[in-house]
Amino acid sequence: MFKLNIFFIFVLIACALGIVTSQHTARKLFMELENEKGIERKLEVEWGRLQLEQSTLIMHGRIEQIAKENLNMTAPAASSIQIVSISNAEDRLNPKGIEP
Amino acid sequence: MIKIKPEIPQIKLSAWRSFLLLSLLVLGLVSLAGRAAYLQGMHHDFLQQKGELRYSRVVEMNADRGMITDRNGQILAISSPIASVYADPKVVKITLEQLKQLAGLLETSMVEIDDRIKRENSRFVYLKRQVVPDTAEKIMKLKIPGIFLSSESKRYYPESEFAAHVLGFTDINDEGQEGVERGWQESLAGELGSRRVIKDNKGRIIEDIENIRTPKQGQDLVLSIDRRIQYRAHVELKDAVKINKAKAGSVVVLDAQTGEILALTNLPAYNPNRRSTINNERIRNRALIDTFEPGSTLKPFTVAIAMEVGKVNADTVMQTSPGTLQVGRKTIRDVSNKGELTVAQVIQQSSNVGTAKIALSLESQTMWEMFNRSGFGMLTNSGFPGEASGILRPYNKWRTIEQATMSYGHGISTSLMQLARAYTIFASGGELKPISLLKQTMPVMGQRVISRHTALAMSRMLEMATKPGGTAPLAQISGYRVAGKTGTAHKLIDGQYANKCYISTFVGYAPASNPRLIIAVMIDEPSAGKYFGGAVAAPVFNKVMSGALRIMNIPPDAPANNVVTFTATPEMDEEG
Repeated sequence: MFKLNIFFIFVLIACALGIVTSQHTARKLFMELENEKGIERKLEVEWGRLQLEQSTLIMHGRIEQIAKENLNMTAPAASSIQIVSISNAEDRLNPKGIEP
Repeated sequence: MIKIKPEIPQIKLSAWRSFLLLSLLVLGLVSLAGRAAYLQGMHHDFLQQKGELRYSRVVEMNADRGMITDRNGQILAISSPIASVYADPKVVKITLEQLKQLAGLLETSMVEIDDRIKRENSRFVYLKRQVVPDTAEKIMKLKIPGIFLSSESKRYYPESEFAAHVLGFTDINDEGQEGVERGWQESLAGELGSRRVIKDNKGRIIEDIENIRTPKQGQDLVLSIDRRIQYRAHVELKDAVKINKAKAGSVVVLDAQTGEILALTNLPAYNPNRRSTINNERIRNRALIDTFEPGSTLKPFTVAIAMEVGKVNADTVMQTSPGTLQVGRKTIRDVSNKGELTVAQVIQQSSNVGTAKIALSLESQTMWEMFNRSGFGMLTNSGFPGEASGILRPYNKWRTIEQATMSYGHGISTSLMQLARAYTIFASGGELKPISLLKQTMPVMGQRVISRHTALAMSRMLEMATKPGGTAPLAQISGYRVAGKTGTAHKLIDGQYANKCYISTFVGYAPASNPRLIIAVMIDEPSAGKYFGGAVAAPVFNKVMSGALRIMNIPPDAPANNVVTFTATPEMDEEG
């Protein structure tokens, strides 16, 4: 009976130590998680900033100005546009009328 | 020395003394056990809480305001974190050198800062709100005790003034003040959350205890606006307002099939990124909250209902000679004596006499119902704050002359948005489409107002207005068939028609064979000589429409050489 009790005491101590270690690991992991979350948040902020930057760069007015002034581009007049209807284009691609 | 063996005294102790000692010890033990049991059992919660207070902390959880994007997912408004600098006057210790540096970084005077940090009875005072991250970093590097940063978010509007009236802006506390920011405040705004955590001695969070309040992230909002069309509309409007020396102007672009607002812009405008440019005049979203007498742009509705109830058809001949019509004591005039006109020509040439004659053949109730079902005098339910409903008076109070003038848009008031929406009837084959500022994913059900047959007939007449003999040659677009109606109205100022103040409008849609876009243009008080809707507003329509058609890749429905040069039929004289 006495031996059994001693045995159980050791089991108990082992369990207690187990709890302590697992608690410690849990906290360590949690800390890591918090860290990662912080990074996530920072990246989100960064993403927002980049989005904002992109949005400013692709402003219609800016693109128009660059196209006109730096690249000497103009919108084509309606008379210089040839409209290709889809059915015609298909006919030309498949002159023999073979199904693709 | 004589050694004396000491005699150990035999002391007899009475038994009660040891008993007393024992009982004292037992008593002490019992009282300790009792105290332990008391603390452990009865005071447990209280003590546990006290203990937790030593290591647990409540931390706030951020929630961002939602983004606003256009229909293609491009950003129109976004929140970005920014720091505010504050001081705790009780703790602040600052040297003169540091004060100088700080004032330089904050771009304020040293006196101002000094004044603030010397407010003895306060423990929190803002030195400057919303400083750029770079500056914030530099301030932290100064390491002045008692000066801290707090994290806030600032709203950015990359489109600046181009979408100002649609989006509105938020105040410094992130609350929507105007436009979409205000109308959708509830869903855009996030709610801060908080949770209880355990922190270690280095201040790191090591365990979550409980969630006190889950943060609610602000929802992103996808508007129906197309950023590119919005830009085009604003630029062209700006040009027109400048050329015509106008007081103000508005442009509304609707998707003819879904009623979505693709662009909505007004002048004067402001830059929402710069608070200093905001004032009451510039803030007005005129297209939605200002009403005006629409003038001739209302004629198609009168004629359409007359056709619908079978009073006239497109080829019915109306006698407009001698160019005037006496109703009671008032005279309705045309610019000139146009003689006999078909109903189609009445619309094409915008004859007041012809329209009034048609109107007088109708019951006032029939006419009222048409206007009412076209949405005049009723809110558009766009969700936009402060929207105006316009005025459509009840038909049983109409006098004959009022019925006559109302037929060509006087004695009734409407916002530009209502006018644009009403034209969905002709563009969609007889249905009034509900308008929306949010992108629609489901097909939109309209409300039938007139039959398809009548709507198509009216559409043909409206197309004639841009053809030779019509009032709007400048609305023609190369490669597309365009339908539309000009309007020029004397401006009502304090209930009186102002002599030389006009409002020029044009409402039209294209491609006429299968309408995709409706554009309404309003120019307020053009004062550079020209004031006809066909000369002032139609060119804006033309430029915005051709740009938008290209942007949306809408196939042409006419040959490229369809534009004909001709002189516009004048639509009104000095009398209106």
